[in-house]
Amino acid sequence: MFKKTILSALVVLGFGTAAFAAEDEREIHDVAFSFEGVFGIFDEVELQRGLQVYTEVCASCHGLNLVSYRTLGDHGGPALPKDQVKAFAAQFEIYVPEDDSYRPSTPADYFPSVVNPDLPAPDLSLMAKARKGFEGPYGLVVNPLFRGVGGPEYIVALLTGYTGEEKEQAGTVLYENTAFPGGWISMPPPIFDEMVEFEPAADNDTEALSMDVASFLMWTAEPKLVQRKKAGLVAVLFLSFLAVLLYLTNKKIWAKAKRKD
Amino acid sequence: MYTKPKHSGNSKGGRPLSHAEDTGTRRDFLYVATATTGAVAAGAAVWPLVDQMNASADVLALASIEIDIDGIEPGTQITKKWRGKPVFVRRRTAEEIEESRGTPLADLPDQTSQNNNKFETDASDQNRTLDEAGEWLVMIGVCTHLGCIPIGDGAGDFGGWFCPCHGSHYDAAGRIRKGPAPLNLLIPTSEFISDTVIKLG
Amino acid sequence: MGGIPHDNYEPKSGFEKWLHKRLPIVGLAYDTLMIPTPKNLNWMWIWGIVLAFTLVLQIITGIILAMHYTPNVNMAFQSVEHIMRNVNYGWLLRYTHMNGATLFFIAVYLHIFRGLYYGSYKAPREVTWIIGMLIYLAMMATGFLGYVLPWGQMSFWGATVITGLFGAIPGIGESLQAWLLGGPSVDNATLNRFFSLHYLLPFVIVALVALHIWAFHTTGNSNPAGVEVRRGSKKEAEQDTLPFWPYFVIKDLYALVVVLIIFAAVIGFMPNFFGEPDNYIMADPLKTPAHIVPEWYYLPFYAILRAFTDDVMIVQFASFITGGIVDAKFFGVIAMFGSIFVMALVPWLDTSRTRSGRFRPAFKFFFWALAADFMFLMWLGSRPAGEPYASMALYASFYWFGYFLIILPLLGLFEKPQTPPETIEADFDSHYPPKSAE
Repeated sequence: MFKKTILSALVVLGFGTAAFAAEDEREIHDVAFSFEGVFGIFDEVELQRGLQVYTEVCASCHGLNLVSYRTLGDHGGPALPKDQVKAFAAQFEIYVPEDDSYRPSTPADYFPSVVNPDLPAPDLSLMAKARKGFEGPYGLVVNPLFRGVGGPEYIVALLTGYTGEEKEQAGTVLYENTAFPGGWISMPPPIFDEMVEFEPAADNDTEALSMDVASFLMWTAEPKLVQRKKAGLVAVLFLSFLAVLLYLTNKKIWAKAKRKD
Repeated sequence: MYTKPKHSGNSKGGRPLSHAEDTGTRRDFLYVATATTGAVAAGAAVWPLVDQMNASADVLALASIEIDIDGIEPGTQITKKWRGKPVFVRRRTAEEIEESRGTPLADLPDQTSQNNNKFETDASDQNRTLDEAGEWLVMIGVCTHLGCIPIGDGAGDFGGWFCPCHGSHYDAAGRIRKGPAPLNLLIPTSEFISDTVIKLG
Repeated sequence: MGGIPHDNYEPKSGFEKWLHKRLPIVGLAYDTLMIPTPKNLNWMWIWGIVLAFTLVLQIITGIILAMHYTPNVNMAFQSVEHIMRNVNYGWLLRYTHMNGATLFFIAVYLHIFRGLYYGSYKAPREVTWIIGMLIYLAMMATGFLGYVLPWGQMSFWGATVITGLFGAIPGIGESLQAWLLGGPSVDNATLNRFFSLHYLLPFVIVALVALHIWAFHTTGNSNPAGVEVRRGSKKEAEQDTLPFWPYFVIKDLYALVVVLIIFAAVIGFMPNFFGEPDNYIMADPLKTPAHIVPEWYYLPFYAILRAFTDDVMIVQFASFITGGIVDAKFFGVIAMFGSIFVMALVPWLDTSRTRSGRFRPAFKFFFWALAADFMFLMWLGSRPAGEPYASMALYASFYWFGYFLIILPLLGLFEKPQTPPETIEADFDSHYPPKSAE
């Protein structure tokens, strides 16, 4: 028992610190997204830019199969006008098994899945909620409590975290990335400065494009974010008011009992 | 539920403490205010529990569909599913149009157009078709008797549709002529949004 | 009615009298609502109402979610997203149900630790305690089954790990596991039956809760002073108690609303804080997540489960004396369930004649160490396997078992407790000194 105690104490001192640090090694910075905080909401225009980045850059490999085109017109989201939603959807085709043919998509349809066995690119619909950017420290939940789980921040860090180094391993080319767990990712750097042009013009360096697409992906993951926060605020305020009334009622009712009769 | 516990906390029983009468109104107001606020909170909480059973967004998205009619030859019909039911879209021939227009209204068991786009009109052929010329007939393909799907392409004794379940005969304008069905085939909310596209719903 | 002298229910209207002769349900409801309750209950007595509310909330939101969910491996994940995106207020129902589980367990842990501190488990309330432990086990089972339903990565792999524990039972383990799963691994058969059981168990919990309430209504509530209500006469009883309605109904409602403010804030502003991002990835039997972590409320037991590895002396000893039948994996399972079992036995392990921890100074120290140990185990359960966490978990487990099996029995024999107040009335008055002039 003693030996085990001394050994574990040494381990804590010697390796423990390194072990603790390694968990938080990835450089993921906090980003002040528009949708963060109690009053945070999505920025319509930013989401539209993000949609453009997704369509022009990511859609070739990554599906978005949980998102329906009609939601592009939703309040609290990209809020595209109805005709634009229709035109956007019509760009894509959908297979009709009964007729063994293709028809143009309507707003009721969903973005395509992209399934390529040679290229295991995950669907992006929920990516912003399926990753965490902030942990600890030391497994205590302080960071996520104050900064959020950090999914969108992780996405930004990933897209901007390529060092330029490459290596080959068992026939696959891997690219070094400071945000990806393990440090080497099979996706080649997808975003470069000015690879997308916006109308009206907006920042399109790698960082800006990454932020736009990360915000867009936060919307695809959580389209009801704005409604949720509104409901939360109304509920908290209303319940606080009710709590005050119940406090006074309770006090009144107990007043007799607390007095000696 | 009690709102005014007159006897609470008083082990002597019965006689209210004097101050209670002075603050009676104020105490009551607080209780009423609390109960009301609680009821509002409960009501607000109940609404989502009820509304969730209403049609969800994906169902509502299909409340309205567009049908491309480009390429439909005269004398042919396509059937599209809309809100879970079949909708017949038939392009009528000149003979069918003439025949339908010639039918005296008195011959029709159901005198109303059953056209959701033309409320309270009679069952004349002009009130049944989607276009002025009378070429296009858009109807819900569900027999108004007990819900079977009638056979088309001039079936039945009146050159329109025939329902095999109980023998209802509809004419070339989808109007009931013979058989147990009480109403003409229903015409849903529909309109041409372009030369080749009809919008349903 | 707690054996406490009180005014009995008298049916008033004609209809009430008619019904009372046939089914005394109004009387039962009246007596339950008006039960004489110790005056001196403090704010740690509100968790029962929070638990009852949360149970009803989970059942209602659960039944509604079941209207939109599909328990088939090809559709489960998508059906949950359908709820989140398409169903009117679906996102609210899902997040409420998800965070409702967290609220349920926060409340139950506070409720249990209240019981441990104030000696609520002591005679004559042992049966209430045992039923409570059964409720807790049923809650853990329900939570586990429910977490599998969204069919995310953690759903699948958590199910694989926990059902794998059954495989550790010597002899019957493998067949038992295959029977539970409906096949060689977690798959559609498993998901479907987990859905059925997840729908069933909450109603078992409702029945147990009814028994739980019946039990503590029979003995009467305990109270922070640990002294019993005077049952000599109605007058004395009325000096120690107040009717549940309106005093404690309103007090409990107030506390409940305060709790709900925080609950609403969590749902509104950080609904995924208590969850695992990996569960937003669809289950993939061919890809194991880097860290398999159960939901937070299981973490202490997960730590105990993993603490007993091959190189731990007691495991090696157990393996030796059973001829290898008991291995590290099985020992971990025994330890995990054992940790709840020893807690269930506490009415008989605690030998102290003083009920409430308030008057037991030495006990207080060990109790708070237990509470800290529980939080420590919770943190350890979230850490990856291996050192230094494994050793820490072992020590923490030893303290847990030691508290119940060694410390509590000995404390009762050796500690010097303070004198509790004579009556509940005395305790109450000491907190609220009587106002002289009114």
